[in-house]
Amino acid sequence: MSDEANLSRRHFLTVATSVAGGVGVVITATPFVASFKPSARAQALGGPVQVDIGKLEEGAMVRVVWRGRPVWVLRRSADMVARLKAMPDSLFKDAASEISLQPAFAKNQVRALKDDVLVVEGVCTHLGCAPTERFAPADPELGADWAGGFYCPCHGSRFDLAGRVLAGTSPAPTNLPVPPYRFVGDNLVLIGEDTGGAA
Amino acid sequence: MNSARTEAAAPTSRFDRLIDWIDERFPLTSMIKEHATEYYAAKNFNVWYVFGVLAIVVLVIQLITGIFLTMNYKPSAEDAFASVEYIMRDVEWGWLIRYMHSTGASAFFIVVYLHMFRALMYGSYKNPRELLWIIGVLIYLALMAEAFMGYLLPWGQMSYWGAQVIVSLFGAVPGIGEGLVEWIRGDYFISDITLNRFFALHVVAVPLALILLVVMHILALHETGSLNPDGVEIKERKDSRGIPLDGIAFHPYYTSKDLVAIIVFLALFSAVMFFAPEMGGYFLEHANFEPSNPLKTPEYIAPVWYFTPFYAILRSVPSKAWGAFLMLAAIVLLFFLPWLDRCRVKSIRYRGWTFKAAIATFVVSFIALGYLGLQPATEKVYVYAARVFTVLYFLFFLAMPFYTRAEKTKPVPERVVYQHGE
Repeated sequence: MSDEANLSRRHFLTVATSVAGGVGVVITATPFVASFKPSARAQALGGPVQVDIGKLEEGAMVRVVWRGRPVWVLRRSADMVARLKAMPDSLFKDAASEISLQPAFAKNQVRALKDDVLVVEGVCTHLGCAPTERFAPADPELGADWAGGFYCPCHGSRFDLAGRVLAGTSPAPTNLPVPPYRFVGDNLVLIGEDTGGAA
Repeated sequence: MNSARTEAAAPTSRFDRLIDWIDERFPLTSMIKEHATEYYAAKNFNVWYVFGVLAIVVLVIQLITGIFLTMNYKPSAEDAFASVEYIMRDVEWGWLIRYMHSTGASAFFIVVYLHMFRALMYGSYKNPRELLWIIGVLIYLALMAEAFMGYLLPWGQMSYWGAQVIVSLFGAVPGIGEGLVEWIRGDYFISDITLNRFFALHVVAVPLALILLVVMHILALHETGSLNPDGVEIKERKDSRGIPLDGIAFHPYYTSKDLVAIIVFLALFSAVMFFAPEMGGYFLEHANFEPSNPLKTPEYIAPVWYFTPFYAILRSVPSKAWGAFLMLAAIVLLFFLPWLDRCRVKSIRYRGWTFKAAIATFVVSFIALGYLGLQPATEKVYVYAARVFTVLYFLFFLAMPFYTRAEKTKPVPERVVYQHGE
């Protein structure tokens, strides 16, 4: 037996121990990192919500809460729909809703199942503020060419009556998201679930 | 008392024997010598050199008041707002402890910004103090995290919506954005779950990291030694005993000087705390006296004043991803300062006009961005102004290798410049 250290053996053992220890650290960290995810209770509370729009007048809007987010249900008047349809695609960042979030059925000009009912999340796609209702055309603060829609007071994003974001000064990158929803009766909307089953 | 004490090296007093007993088991005397009585700092420090000590004073204020606040605060969406009002109205002296903590948050940033500006002026970030500077920037980052999470706790409207805005910034991370935001919140929105975890991080995790970083900052400082307004390395000229010729012991010379600064600081601090704890809505925003409401955004959201320069940068970009990226870059660039500055002269006293102009532009830009970040985004002129100052802010860093390389500097003295009675 020699007194001299076997350095390559020592080096191998150091590396092997470090790697094994490192794997152990990663495995041990997993439950801690995963505990940050939405819990079973938080997921359960995120279930679908039913809204009765039978008594909603034309041009009026109700707000409901789904997954803690305000969801807006707007009964669009024929005039509102006409104004909306008259706006050229060139005014919007994402006129065809290519990069925005919505179920496939809402990927159209009115961004809805029915022309007269708009269901959108009332959360600005910029940084999550709530845009305000500015339904009247030519709003004094927003200019003569304003055709009615939503305006975010935080950073000035503008959306039309289908929740489409206007190009120009809006920092919001995409249209207001449309949550999954379906009609369970003529005037009953179920938010959080579409015809394809659970969202 | 005991005459034996005068006969050197024969500790016979009870106190000396106690110290000896400790020193054999714990390096008490040697630590005091290393970090206080035999830690030599240049004799020409000016008023800019008090802010490090003041930052420690504020840290202690925040730790102590914070501990007492947790005794009555309840970190749940149901009770949080009411428990803060309970502290303010029903707990004996609770209002004072809470105002001390909220005033302390703003005071921390005032002191730290001045401390960082001092480093910028006198080149305290330069070789060999790069790590000292980097640890300092890490402290600044931890402080921002601490302030941000602490601001959610009162659960007012501004707490809620401020957190909403900042947390959703992480959604700009390509690919994993939305999942990351959900992971941070632990829910599909800022909820009770988010509040509870921010409380844990604000009260336990980040303060531990801060204390560790502050200890590292001081150890790094005492390794290299403090610089001074002349940017002269005093260690290069020592007397026969190995003491820097221009150095004086930290204790008692600078401890007594710092004591004056601490008294002045505490007087100002008390004035704010007693007479203007809300500071006209800048230290405690008016919207935060309303309980949080996830369905109603305040008319406009502005962060507390110490974040507004970065908020203005974020808003000046009409793209979420780029806005978030620039905001991050504005902070990350600080880490590279020691290598961006190519000039060998440290102190602004002997540097050329280009650097002086650049630092002036930087300060003006930072303050202007801070002002613009408080203004509503509807005014176009504010947005354009913010863009100009954002460009200037970045030019200070990105153009630094060029304007510092060919700088016309003045000769640096060999010893610090100091007149008695100054």
